[in-house]
Amino acid sequence: MTIGDVKEILHARFICGEDQKDREIHSACGSDMMSDVLAFVKDQAVLLTGLCNPQVIRTAEMIDLYCIVFIRGKKPTQEMIDMAEDRDIAILCTDHRMFNACGMLYDNGLRGGTPY
Amino acid sequence: MSESLNLNYIITNEDFTRAGEASGDVKSKLKMMGVPPEVIRKVSIAMYEGEINMVIHAGGGTIDVIITADDITMILKDHGPGIADIDLAMQAGYSTASENVRALGFGAGMGLPNMKKYSDEMTIDTELGIGTTVTMKVYFKPKS
Repeated sequence: MTIGDVKEILHARFICGEDQKDREIHSACGSDMMSDVLAFVKDQAVLLTGLCNPQVIRTAEMIDLYCIVFIRGKKPTQEMIDMAEDRDIAILCTDHRMFNACGMLYDNGLRGGTPY
Repeated sequence: MSESLNLNYIITNEDFTRAGEASGDVKSKLKMMGVPPEVIRKVSIAMYEGEINMVIHAGGGTIDVIITADDITMILKDHGPGIADIDLAMQAGYSTASENVRALGFGAGMGLPNMKKYSDEMTIDTELGIGTTVTMKVYFKPKS
C-alpha cells in the first residue's frame, strides 16, 4: 500500500508531502500516546493519531516514520507543517474517527506489524 | 585510537514544543557520519525519551553525547526532584506525570522502559531533592 492509497481509503487530504504519495507503507499504528509509538513501531509505518502537537512530528522523525494521519478533522499548525516538510514527512487529515480509520486500512490489507 | 566526538546540549523546559530538538540534532549528525540506521534508531529513541523526561519531570538539564569508534554514550543530568523508587519507575505503565503532560501525548509510563529497551547499558544515579543522572550506552556492534 502507498501513501496515496491511504489517502484514498481514508477519504483524506494532503496537508503536505503530496509528492511522496508513491512511497510504500508496510504497517500502521493508531495511538495518541507517543511513547507507545516509540516502543512498538517499526520503519515504513503510517501513524494515525488524534494528538495534534509538534511532538507527533518529532516522534515520527525519531523512528523514520514518513506518513502521519490526523483523525477526526484535526488540523496541524503551520509550525508542525514546516517541521514535517523539513523532514520529508507526509501529513494527511481525515474526518474519520480512530476506530473506523484503523478498520478501513485493516480491511484493505494493512496490518499492525509484529507485537515486538 | 581513542578519538571521540563530544556533543553537549542544555535542555530547558520553557517551551514543550522544543523538547526533542537535541535528539533530532544528534540524529541528523549521526546520519551524516554514516552511523548504521539501527544504531541511530536506538540512540534517537532512548535520548528523545530521556529528553522528554527531563523537560516534564525535572525542569530541564544537560545532555552530553560521546561518540567513539565502539559506542555512543549519552549522559543526561538534571537537578530535578529525583526518583523515589527506581524499580517502580521502571515498570511499564507506571507514571507520575500530570494530566497536562498526558494531554501532550506522554506520561504513559513507557519513558524509562523505552530507554532501557533501546540502550545496551543504562544506569540511573538519583537522589531525592538533588537530581538524577541517567547514563545510556549503545554499541556499534552487539556484545557477545
